[in-house]
Amino acid sequence: MSSVSASEIKQEFLKSKIGIAGIGILVTLVAISIGAAVIIPVETFQQWNNPQNWLVYPKTAIPAWVNLFMFEKIPEHKILDEPNVSTISLDEISAVSHQFHVNYVYDDFPSDFIYEFTVKYSGSPLLQISVIRPDGSIIKLLSASLPNTEDLVLHNEKIFSTDGTIKKNLFLQSDKFNFPIEGFSAEDIVFSKSTDNVVLKGDYVFLVNLYGVQKENSIVDSTLIVGGKAFGIMGTDELRRDLAVGILWGTPLALFIGIAVAIGSVVMGLVYGVYAGFKGKLTDESMMRFNDVIYALPVLPFLIILAVTISNSIFLMIGFLTIFGWVGIAKVSRSMALQIKTRGYVEASKMMGQKNSKIIFKHILPQLLPYAFASIAISVPAAITTEAGLSFLGLGDPSFPTWGQILHDANTYGAAARGLWWWIVPPGLMIAITGLAFVFLGNALDAIVNPKLKR
Amino acid sequence: MGLKKYLATRGITMFGVLMVTLLLTIILVGSNMDTILKQGITFQVRAEITEDPKISDSFSDPAEFEAFVQDQIEQRVKALGLDTPWYSPQRIGLTMYKILILDFGHATFLTSDSGSSDVKDILLEKLPRTILLFTTATIIISIIGIFLGALAGSKVGSAVDRITSTFAVVSSSFPVWWIGMLMIFLFSFVYQIFPARATPSIPPTDPGYIAALLYHMALPVITIVMIGFGAWAYLVRNFMIGIMQEDFISAKRAMGINQKKIIYGHAIKNAAPPIITILALSLSGSLGGAIITEAVFDWPGMGRLYFEAITVMDLPVIIGATYVLTLFFLISILVADLLYGYFDPRVKTGS
Repeated sequence: MSSVSASEIKQEFLKSKIGIAGIGILVTLVAISIGAAVIIPVETFQQWNNPQNWLVYPKTAIPAWVNLFMFEKIPEHKILDEPNVSTISLDEISAVSHQFHVNYVYDDFPSDFIYEFTVKYSGSPLLQISVIRPDGSIIKLLSASLPNTEDLVLHNEKIFSTDGTIKKNLFLQSDKFNFPIEGFSAEDIVFSKSTDNVVLKGDYVFLVNLYGVQKENSIVDSTLIVGGKAFGIMGTDELRRDLAVGILWGTPLALFIGIAVAIGSVVMGLVYGVYAGFKGKLTDESMMRFNDVIYALPVLPFLIILAVTISNSIFLMIGFLTIFGWVGIAKVSRSMALQIKTRGYVEASKMMGQKNSKIIFKHILPQLLPYAFASIAISVPAAITTEAGLSFLGLGDPSFPTWGQILHDANTYGAAARGLWWWIVPPGLMIAITGLAFVFLGNALDAIVNPKLKR
Repeated sequence: MGLKKYLATRGITMFGVLMVTLLLTIILVGSNMDTILKQGITFQVRAEITEDPKISDSFSDPAEFEAFVQDQIEQRVKALGLDTPWYSPQRIGLTMYKILILDFGHATFLTSDSGSSDVKDILLEKLPRTILLFTTATIIISIIGIFLGALAGSKVGSAVDRITSTFAVVSSSFPVWWIGMLMIFLFSFVYQIFPARATPSIPPTDPGYIAALLYHMALPVITIVMIGFGAWAYLVRNFMIGIMQEDFISAKRAMGINQKKIIYGHAIKNAAPPIITILALSLSGSLGGAIITEAVFDWPGMGRLYFEAITVMDLPVIIGATYVLTLFFLISILVADLLYGYFDPRVKTGS
């Protein structure tokens, strides 16, 4: 092995196409990680396994961009929480009005609609919900008074399209439709043409009015959800989670796991191997036998047992992966150390009575650094896929949802056999791309560092 | 170093590894195992006493009755040797001895298809299926890999070579189980050719069972082969390149022997030792990978058994399966070593 200087490596590296490709992918992944951390709040990500957090999202919704390629547009799931607000005061009566504009251009009815609100009120104000349809007709959906109270209270309620009162109100307005509306659900009637039961496309306005005698009545929070089967850039899963959150946040996690394990195992292997090679004789022999033992342990079964019996914390997992990762590197660095040991300057510094630690750290380890960097790059993909595999078996750390865990859930809910491709393809593709970036880097570095050495 | 001494050192190392694995497994699951066993005894004793009303009738004082029950439990615990902690040397020694003679005891929850809860029966039922699936796949992989690799290696820089090398690098970074999910999506959902679950729905006693098993095996085999053959071809290619530069090949060429005969007749013969070694190693390596692959395809083999055992913490099965997996792994390493020594005499003589 000839020693290569840093600038030489850099020069050679810039000539290698796959090295550049690897760097390109890696930079993109780092950009995604930073983007994820900036755009998506950590709190959202930490709530990944909390079903309460995802109630307003649709179940197994296809990514919204699919509509671009579809002749028949799939209804998009809309979460509207920024209505136009207007307040009117007439003598004693005050009215708060919230208007939601829904541009409905899809070829199928929405799956439902839900209005969720929080009001601060006293007395017994009247809540009215009506829809102004694209054809100009107005349909009254609901007119109900909130429970009477003397004091100022906060009241939270959800009104579903399946609500009995809405059904009754619609039935009373059946003269607006030229077809019998019995048997149809509320959303199928509200979004239907008046002539027959097909979707009426256009702008709908959902009008929510709160009438009361007290001035302090106000709608604190108001959200209209028009349920659909398409959502976001990556769709949602069976547990209504926005897959974009999981997949984007998975990137920094995967990079962290991969790089931490790779650096840990390379440093460990390097020090162990060099020490054994440098010491030689009995020390070398016994250290290498121990190495053989670790090498022959079945890795995956052991990782599974460790995860089950000790803990599935991600940090411990990184430690376990490191314990099984350093063995091969120790073997190679030992044989390299054996070669370097015989060189003149090492012999000379030994004669001069330098301490062993100094010889190892000053004269031997620096020679191995290029090899170490190549090994780090090559070790990353294995670490990432092994962690993903463990997570896939359901042994991942629930507080850090990785790509493997997303795939675990997908497998549990039979996503493949049900055709939910958007739940399967992106996480696996991200694992593969991340691995590929480091394989490229490693191959490029390896070709420079050891033109002949085949490990 | 003679062959006998070589064999002896390897054998001793392997045995040492086996013992270390066993010891580590027992240490990791031991404390849990005691708790589970003790709970089992308590449950059993109480069940037996409630079944026999005469016993409870003979006691008038509830405290006295409770003392009797406790005494019964303690007697059983002592009889089974559970009063000494699991880490006491006798108990570890006994457990290890039992496992060495393949006495794994009875499973806590899992049973074999025929209903036996003896861990040995369960393992013997699952093991052939895993071997069937992975051996078939490995054989197909090695055949494709050797031919493709030889082809690529004899024409360095050609289109075949570049495609093979690229495919090898790319396919090695895809997790097999993910490709498995994609294959299920493609071939059981989009095109309904193969079943999504690899477990045949008919009972194993049915005469059509073998055929059903083979049909269910198709998708897993295709998946494993797809991911595996690229790396193989790449390895064989690299060996071939080395050998094709050797003098004796140049000599053969100069003698006017045609290229095909050189590649498949002479070059491959010389690339055989490392290839056979890798074959042996990849056979055992695939057994470890089986845990995840079998989970995806629901293949009723060792891997899925292991996974199920972990899920319900069936410790005797976990220990038994780990032992068998390690045993297979070590035997194949040993076989690989021996084959290498047989094909490459330099190893034997230690030079």
